[in-house]
Amino acid sequence: MYTFSSKLKTLSLALMIIGLLGVGYGFLSAPASVDEVKVLLQESHNAHGEVAVTVDHAVAGSDDVAQSEEAHAEHVYHLLKNKPWSALYVALFFFFMISLGTLAFYAIQHVSQAGWSIVLFRVMEGITAYLPIGGVLLFVFFVLSATQNHLFTWMDPEVVANDMLIQNKAGYLNVPFFLIRAAIYIIIWVLYRNYARKMTIAQDASTDLSNYRKLFKSSAAFLVFFLVTESMMSWDWIMSLDPHWYSTLFGWYVFASMIVSAITTIALVSIYLKGKGYLEFVNNSHLHDLAKFMFGFSIFWSYLWFSQFMLIWYANIPEEVTYFVTRFNDYKVPFLGMVVLNFVFPLLILMNSDFKRVPWFIVTAGIIILIGHYIDIFVMIMPATVGDQWFIGISEISSVLLVLGIFIYVVFNAMTKAPLLAKGSPFIKESEHFHY
Amino acid sequence: MSNKVVQAMYNDDDILMDAVKEVRAAKYHIEEVYTPFPVHGLDKAMGLKGTRIAITAFMYGCVGLVFSVWMMNYMMIEDWPQDIGGKPSFAFVQNMPAFVPIMFEMSVFFAAHLMVITFYMRSRLWPFKEAENPDPRTTDDMFVMEVVVDGNEAELIAFLEKTGTVEIKVTEKH
Repeated sequence: MYTFSSKLKTLSLALMIIGLLGVGYGFLSAPASVDEVKVLLQESHNAHGEVAVTVDHAVAGSDDVAQSEEAHAEHVYHLLKNKPWSALYVALFFFFMISLGTLAFYAIQHVSQAGWSIVLFRVMEGITAYLPIGGVLLFVFFVLSATQNHLFTWMDPEVVANDMLIQNKAGYLNVPFFLIRAAIYIIIWVLYRNYARKMTIAQDASTDLSNYRKLFKSSAAFLVFFLVTESMMSWDWIMSLDPHWYSTLFGWYVFASMIVSAITTIALVSIYLKGKGYLEFVNNSHLHDLAKFMFGFSIFWSYLWFSQFMLIWYANIPEEVTYFVTRFNDYKVPFLGMVVLNFVFPLLILMNSDFKRVPWFIVTAGIIILIGHYIDIFVMIMPATVGDQWFIGISEISSVLLVLGIFIYVVFNAMTKAPLLAKGSPFIKESEHFHY
Repeated sequence: MSNKVVQAMYNDDDILMDAVKEVRAAKYHIEEVYTPFPVHGLDKAMGLKGTRIAITAFMYGCVGLVFSVWMMNYMMIEDWPQDIGGKPSFAFVQNMPAFVPIMFEMSVFFAAHLMVITFYMRSRLWPFKEAENPDPRTTDDMFVMEVVVDGNEAELIAFLEKTGTVEIKVTEKH
């Protein structure tokens, strides 16, 4: 049995407190009125030097300019108001996605009747324990979004009234249906998670394979449900932030990010636990397999990222290409930097077969991959909500710390609840002796 | 120096694996093992060095990548610039996304083909080469382990007979 060390518990609580303070600061320091934004803009104008100021004076007489400045200030005000919300949303989605990806990977192991991965089942179940809490947090966030912020512009009746494209989509994109869909996805995912957990624990004590068969069937059903709802979830929760834009492989693209972050997290948690003297049955062949998946799915992600980019770049249809124009104009460093982090680094670090067995190599590559995929989600969400006003500052970092604290607490707490070896599985011997 | 070898035949890969381990433990030198299919873990049991073909594959891939960059630059930018889909080919960088699939395919093409050629050369295989396997049954269902005779021949044969072999032959190797 694993015991949640008090050091780790303190760390997770500290992360939560620091994160909470930072998130609170982010909300309080967001501008409270348009006038404040005007002062901010004026200050940044002044900072640009004398030339800008004289130009301002030369044209200040014109009414048009004054009006457009007014509109600009209001626009920036809304973007800055969105910033702490978006930062929180990126962090909430990122950790929820890790948990959900782990659940999908876990279900695949059951359905494919894989032998090697059984020794890692309890680690995966620990990570998916975050799913109910993360789901509730996200759902609360969506409910608040309908009234408290402007992340999802189609939720604003005023915007919809002036936008024919969104009006045409109103049958799908409306607040009640959006919340109902979110509730359905989350509830069924969590139901499968809890059922599977119950079945593997029951299998440990049972003498026949009835639980194992139920697990197989429910996992297969879950995967069918998941593949449809994961795609819809990515349209709802991320693609609808840009309600005019659409990409047909968006669901896969989000899934690639999800699965590679999930496997990386499984590897990192396993290495941590092994370092603490648990998981004595996990050998370096198991780590090797996880690292192979990290490598493979990193390349899969790059493939989908590039497929989406190249088709839109080549076709150059205005309504589609705006998505990448925004990212190239305002987000060049994170947008191209994450391709380096998510493709070039894993490719070079994890290509060598021997490196995939060395824990500190996996940890290094894993941390880079997780940072890269955080930025991936950041660049999916931020351009639509805060535009060119993005900045990785206190709000963003504290949001990650806050959710990371909750994640660590929930995950490691869940792992104390059951033995770390799912010894009832019929393939457990194969898994323990697994070598490559 | 004698070229005498003992060829011990086995009819099962598990028995062969155990025999290989025993023979190595007794400090005899295994010249070669002929099998009808790749036996998992045999290379480690025989103490063969790890293959370096992965390193050559990486280098060949890099060659393919460089070649494709040069090729696309020459074809599409220098020699005959074309305007395809409103994307005029005046600069390599601006057209690079369209060339990425070609760069990828060329890397794979070079890595795959050159790796196979390297493998043939390393294994000394070429068209019309005479087969090296000592017994045609090793292409069907039998396994042959070839052990160098170094010293007492009778002792070696007696040792091999205990390892589960089904047939033993002493022969000169050329």
